Amino acid sequence: MTTLPLDPLLLSVAAPLSVAAAIALGVPKRVVVKLAYLGFAVPALVALFAWWSFGGAAKEAHGYAFVSSYQTGLGALGIGLKLGLNGISLPLFVLAGVVGLAAGLYALQSTAERMKTYLLLLLVMQAGLMGMFASVDVFFFYFFHELALIPTFILVGIWGGRDRRYAAMSLSVYLTLGAMLSLLGLIAIYVKSGATSFDLMTLRDTLASRPLGEVTQTHVYGLLLFGFGILVSLWPFHSWAPLGYGAAPSSAAMLHAGVLKKFGLYGLVQIALPLLPLGSFHWAHSLAALAGIGNVVVIGLVTMAQRDLKQMVGYSSVMHMGYAFLGIAAGSVLGVGGVVMLMVAHGLSVALLFLLATSIYHRTDTFDMFQMGGLAQRAPVLMALFVTATFASVGLPGFANFWGELPIFFALWQFSHALTLVALSGTVISAVYGLRAAARVFFGPQTEELRRFSERKPTGDLTWGERIPALILIAALLFIGVWPKSLSTGIDRALYGEPPAAAATR
Amino acid sequence: MDFSTLRELAEGNSWMAIWPELSMGCLALLLLVLETLLPRRAHSRIPMVSILAQLGILAALLANLRIPEHPAFNGLLAVSSLGQLMRVFFVVSSLLVSILGRANLPAQGVPRVEFHHIVLVVAAAMMLLVQSRNFVMLFVALETVTVGLYILVSYYRSNPRTLEAGLKYLVMGALSSSLLLFGIVLLYGVAGSAGMAARTSQAMYYPGLAAFLAANPHDFMASAGIVLVLSGLAFKIGAVPFQIWVPDVYQGAPTPVTAFLAVASKAAGFIVLLVLVTQVFAPYRWLVGPILALMAAATILFGNLAALKQNNVKRLIGLSGVSHAGFILLAVASAGQAPGAVGAVYFYLIAYLIASFTVFGVMTVLAGPDDTVQDLGDYAGLAKRSPFLAGVLACGLGSLAGIPPLAGFMGKFLVFTVAFRAGHYGLLAVAIAGVVVSIYYYFGWIRVAYFSDEAPITKVMESRVAGAGMTLRVAVALLAAASIVLGFYQGPLGLLLAR
Repeated sequence: MTTLPLDPLLLSVAAPLSVAAAIALGVPKRVVVKLAYLGFAVPALVALFAWWSFGGAAKEAHGYAFVSSYQTGLGALGIGLKLGLNGISLPLFVLAGVVGLAAGLYALQSTAERMKTYLLLLLVMQAGLMGMFASVDVFFFYFFHELALIPTFILVGIWGGRDRRYAAMSLSVYLTLGAMLSLLGLIAIYVKSGATSFDLMTLRDTLASRPLGEVTQTHVYGLLLFGFGILVSLWPFHSWAPLGYGAAPSSAAMLHAGVLKKFGLYGLVQIALPLLPLGSFHWAHSLAALAGIGNVVVIGLVTMAQRDLKQMVGYSSVMHMGYAFLGIAAGSVLGVGGVVMLMVAHGLSVALLFLLATSIYHRTDTFDMFQMGGLAQRAPVLMALFVTATFASVGLPGFANFWGELPIFFALWQFSHALTLVALSGTVISAVYGLRAAARVFFGPQTEELRRFSERKPTGDLTWGERIPALILIAALLFIGVWPKSLSTGIDRALYGEPPAAAATR
Repeated sequence: MDFSTLRELAEGNSWMAIWPELSMGCLALLLLVLETLLPRRAHSRIPMVSILAQLGILAALLANLRIPEHPAFNGLLAVSSLGQLMRVFFVVSSLLVSILGRANLPAQGVPRVEFHHIVLVVAAAMMLLVQSRNFVMLFVALETVTVGLYILVSYYRSNPRTLEAGLKYLVMGALSSSLLLFGIVLLYGVAGSAGMAARTSQAMYYPGLAAFLAANPHDFMASAGIVLVLSGLAFKIGAVPFQIWVPDVYQGAPTPVTAFLAVASKAAGFIVLLVLVTQVFAPYRWLVGPILALMAAATILFGNLAALKQNNVKRLIGLSGVSHAGFILLAVASAGQAPGAVGAVYFYLIAYLIASFTVFGVMTVLAGPDDTVQDLGDYAGLAKRSPFLAGVLACGLGSLAGIPPLAGFMGKFLVFTVAFRAGHYGLLAVAIAGVVVSIYYYFGWIRVAYFSDEAPITKVMESRVAGAGMTLRVAVALLAAASIVLGFYQGPLGLLLAR
């Protein structure tokens, strides 16, 4: 138990929610802005505090620290709010805090219409994200995910760009389908295991002593794989992602692509793999083929063909999810650990790219890369940050992404040589589209359209309001890139304590 | 003469056990007395009297929620904690219908007191209906409900669509009542016929019939009777293939009455069905189980697919109500096979009550001079004109769509869990398809209210929103808050239902 007077994890959920409630009750605008800073800062501080003190914190069963539970009235069904962090959820909790802060700061400096509602929805989303990774109870894990998902639909629908209505609708229908399938899978685990509680610790204990039969495991894992897969844009269920991200306002895209989408992967790593090892073994080859060929190569090539900068970032995010799926398919401790690292790294870098893409848009009035060019002369800082973000996204050593991809490739080599070669070809593809985008946008001569726009509306380099959130993300990427051990120690402990699929089946 | 039987009956009377029904009835009479005694200009205050008195009854009920289960009136009724919960349910429904009626009736030119009178009588009859444990009692209570609703449905009698709705409801209601009655007669007849094992003259009482059915689990006549009783009830809850009256009647009826039909009447039908399926027809699970499962699947699919293309919001909510009936049927079909199914039905109904009345409240505000014509287009720009009403509407629709953190999600979650426990995997696949389809039309509605920036705020909407009374605003705000709170904190309600 924590010695603090207030449960920090509950605080990280309650702070943004109470600010959102205050906005809903009609606090004046000046106070709203101040409160919103608080609402985004508190979760980030809690996350950093948890990261800092996790190593020394007292651990309960299955390596969970900071555990606390609250009754909500469904105790008889085994549902109760139980919060805690283990080595796998801690990195994602930190990710949610950091990206949330950056997205919040970026939203606060933007000139969005109906600012109060915009902030309200982002704060609700932030509360959901923090709660999602802090939940030990599987029901609340799902519950918080949905809490964060609903604002996304509204954010896209109201503040979105081109095709926003269509995008909002297809996002809603697709993601509801994915969420429903995964909900069924979670119910299936609970009912079939005969556990008395939805709490993950109890589920693990129950299934460790009485594992499910192979057929049941296969079916339930299938439900979870496709349910979560739709939410993480597993090929061929990815088509909502680039469309939605292309239309979403920047802060919503940052939070969704950066953090919320990790729900599915996190669910697979934290819940499905340890609880259904035989099921994951059964599906490993199909998953690897879908992810390796579909997400990495096909989507990689599609990404290369994009003209629209934001769509390109959206597609690249779909592509990188392929690596994460490959790591899960490989199933070894090394691969799964790599997936957790990659989730954090990708979350930070894709949020950074969405942020910078919007900042570029404000200076060029277009997302079409063929109409840009020569922006480096007017915005050197923007250029520097964008190139950094591209390097990070490609997986250059020194950035966190490198420590995500490298273990996955090693693990994959043990799983399948051919797929490793396929996956490696993806790094070349991502280098091509990343660097080509940087070149199109920033170098070369200015296009006619751009010159005319800049005469009409002269804009300079990044403002400090835009720089600070970008620098926060880059600092996190570099910190983890230089010192990956700060996260990997906890991940190792969580994974070796609970051997995933490979250890159980081979 | 031997008076012992009569004395026995008289001693079995326990009037105190039905004090809520009696007080609702007395209140109904009081309203009529007030109308005769008070001068005409004071008549507009009578609905408020009804609302306040119902609040009083509600408070008294809530204070006595937990009571031991015991029979009353020699087993005609069974009083229990769940019965108390349903009494609260019906008092809340009639209270909300009164509030909606107070806002809606004057706008339609029929500000009459008798509307409120009938609502109270019908609510009292519904309370008796769900607690009845005897088929005669059941039928009398059911007819009181239905006859009252005949009048209420055709209340805006100058409107041709309302009259059409009234006629359809009358014909369909009579048909369903006769089916039900015919089924009861068959069951009673076969249970009393000579030569049957364990024949009984007590077949009008549920325990008597249940004992007979348990002794004859494959009798053809009894099966026919059961199917007829189920059909009669399926009409009341609007389940496929007896849903045909729903869209027209829901559109034509006055909006408060549509709400009453959609929520209270349907809930009463479901509780009766649940009691019969779990307590009486349990030996015929081989027959009842597949029928309910088939009906659930067809109802979910039909309701959701038919709602997709609706433009009139009353028809839309009616057809979505059909799909909700399907979800509840899913839980009823699992009752007896999975623990918690009964609790799931109750919770779903409560969540449905809260969400539906939230939406109906907003609909009442935006209803024009012709109550039967309310289109999605009327909602364009609502978020800009009144963020409050739009937010409340989004809460209601979101809860109906079943998205967390709203109560409707918990309802669906509980239903899915019990259906999974009962092994209805195919039905769950249908249910999930239904949920995904329903997202489309519920969000379509929210989208009109929120995303249509281009739509100018019309004068019509301006005047309608400005005309929304304080009572109604408070009521919908409380309902929306209840939807949110029940979504993550069920508290004592969860404990009550889990038992």
